[in-house]
Amino acid sequence: MKKIYFDNAATTALDSNVLDVMLPYMTEKFGNPSSIYSYGRESRLAIETARKSVAKILNAHPGEIFFTSGGTESSNTAIAAAINNLGCRHIISSEIEHHATLHSVEHLHSRDNIRLSNVNLLSNGHVDMEHLRELLAGSKERCLVTLMHANNEIGNLLDMHAVGNLCKEFDAIFHSDTVQTVGHYPFDLRNTPVHFINGSAHKFHGPKGVGILYINENVKITPFIHGGSQERNMRAGTENVYGIVGFAKALEMATAHYEEHSAYINDLRMYMAEQLQQHIPGIGFNGDLHGRSLYTVLNVSFPKTEKSEMLLFNLDINGICASGGSACTSGADAGSHVIRAINSDPNRIAVRFSFSKDNTKEEIDTVVAKLKELI
Amino acid sequence: MLKLPVYLDNNATTPCDPRVVETMLPFFTETFGNASSRNHAFGWAAEAAVDLAREQVAALIGADPKEIIFTSGATEADNLALKGVFEMYIDKGNHIITTEIEHKAILDTCKHLEKQGAEITYLKVNSEGLPDLKELEAAITPKTIMVAIMYANNEIGVINPIKEISAIAKRHGVLMMSDITQAAGKIPVDVDRDGIDLAAFSAHKLYGPKGIGALYVRRKSPRVKVTAQLDGGGHERGMRSGTLNVPGIVGFGKACEISLGEMEEEGKRLAVLRDKLENALLQLEESAVNGFRAQRLPHVSNISFRYIEGEALLMGFNKNIAVSSGSACTSASPEPSYVLTSLGLGDDLAHSSIRFGLGRFTTEEEIDYAIKAVTETVNKLREISPLWEMFKEGADMSSIEWSRP
Repeated sequence: MKKIYFDNAATTALDSNVLDVMLPYMTEKFGNPSSIYSYGRESRLAIETARKSVAKILNAHPGEIFFTSGGTESSNTAIAAAINNLGCRHIISSEIEHHATLHSVEHLHSRDNIRLSNVNLLSNGHVDMEHLRELLAGSKERCLVTLMHANNEIGNLLDMHAVGNLCKEFDAIFHSDTVQTVGHYPFDLRNTPVHFINGSAHKFHGPKGVGILYINENVKITPFIHGGSQERNMRAGTENVYGIVGFAKALEMATAHYEEHSAYINDLRMYMAEQLQQHIPGIGFNGDLHGRSLYTVLNVSFPKTEKSEMLLFNLDINGICASGGSACTSGADAGSHVIRAINSDPNRIAVRFSFSKDNTKEEIDTVVAKLKELI
Repeated sequence: MLKLPVYLDNNATTPCDPRVVETMLPFFTETFGNASSRNHAFGWAAEAAVDLAREQVAALIGADPKEIIFTSGATEADNLALKGVFEMYIDKGNHIITTEIEHKAILDTCKHLEKQGAEITYLKVNSEGLPDLKELEAAITPKTIMVAIMYANNEIGVINPIKEISAIAKRHGVLMMSDITQAAGKIPVDVDRDGIDLAAFSAHKLYGPKGIGALYVRRKSPRVKVTAQLDGGGHERGMRSGTLNVPGIVGFGKACEISLGEMEEEGKRLAVLRDKLENALLQLEESAVNGFRAQRLPHVSNISFRYIEGEALLMGFNKNIAVSSGSACTSASPEPSYVLTSLGLGDDLAHSSIRFGLGRFTTEEEIDYAIKAVTETVNKLREISPLWEMFKEGADMSSIEWSRP
């Protein structure tokens, strides 16, 4: 049975072209980038070339791009820095953030007595901008606003410019978790009012274990991981050279094919939504499917029945990979914190289907036919 | 046929063993699932691969797989051990004992913790690179929560008496942490025999990939806890969040398995080659080994060549031999090695020292080439060195006043 992978928001397959450029850095070009002889210089050059390429694509300065072990480390670093270095004493976030954000802010809230507010969400999952303004206006202390660019479960897209401008107005620090959008949308960071964003290569056909943190040149922070002068004293630890090379290559490829792939994937998603509506009674969609929404994610709400409760299990038996929520919590029985926050209807079952350039309409037909059978 | 440059810096990093790369490959493109995806086969396959690797990594150091937390490398693991224990045991005390010649990942993190209210004792080492165990015991106070001493030093290769050190820690109810990065896979490390409670190490020092490492955290007698430093999805039993680097972990596991199987024989082979190199270079006048020779990693030799400017020495053969004058993490800095100055070497002698780190792919032909090239360079530089001339003329070298620009 050929498996169908509709869980690309959890992770994506590494592109073989990306692997090709990574492999030499595992064996022949293996030097420690901090070493001064040829092997080391070769690795150093590879990292700096990757950094320039990433910076150019995001329209940032190379000095603003820092390589990390992934999105979680980047979010942790940015949030901790806002508190430790930038004088923020009040964090404004939302209940539907990724756990890397949620748990970081909870940790700071409970350990360091940092004030924590959650911005209200509209029923379609978008941030209530009026409430955000009220929170910022009402805060006596400097705020960190940390709101994700695209929600990993329901796909809602944040208006980064609007939030950023609001933050500017109130001298707040703005971090946006862009893990689901770097490599999926063009960025113009020089003209975006944001202090920190993060990216993770494995979400756009790059390798696991490598990410970036963009730190706007106007903010100065101290390191999160100590012990060496790597990443211009900002992130200690021998660089994951092959991972960094892979990050840049994956981002280059994603950027080169952006128009084509985004249109193709969005077509797949809308086609599946249409087919589901035609063939399965009582379904709905979580999030803002026809509005500001990430084109890779389709979050389907099924009426709760004995059959739909076993849906993911039965999909898997039939070789179809989807998810009930974020992979990071998909082992837990607690259900999705995102769905709970926007729609507490206990009579619905949410399933996330997320697509990539490698998926096809035929796969969608197969999945819809199977869903018809299973429900 | 000899391929140049000859790589003799295996303490900085090692190439991936081809067997490791081969094991990793399927996990990039085919079995690419997120190990936390619990409701489909891609996730399960990734999780199973991680489980196997965890067993392989644990086996290398005699640990239980449940005691292994994967991190992005040894530096992150060192950070997690120090900061995590400091935060977790703050009610017990705020004092940590380490040595002056630890890796920067330990020293810089300790400096950071001092700003957070920690008290750190940096033990001195003797001229051979070993701490005084009486001094260690005397430094322990009721506020002491941990002793953090590396298993083997990355610059001089000297192996610490970890068993004795941990016995002292245990006697006083203090945790024993060790950075085992240079020792793991090179000499037998056994967390039970050695009495280690926390241990940090990385894959790229033992022919695995960069970007992956682990922290061993003891679960039984005592049960050790660390406060997570990366919050998020609760991976690694809540102690280290972030999507698991599955190919990296698989590569780390394979690298540990290979090292465990080949360590004994490989250690003997490398000791023979190392001794050949060392004995040949000691034939040069005024050359000396740094660190306690009798208790060293089998593949490391740190040698000073007096009256030669270290930079000139490196320039002399670095095109053909990749070696370093100290840790890679500090090699871009013009400062002399703090490890060597802690041993009592003057700045000039520290500057004229070279670390040779042999490895799995080092051949006898390469060693012969290195002996020849280093010997020639040293002789050539001394021919044109006014210092060497003065020394040969019998001048009292200690009376020379050094002027610094």
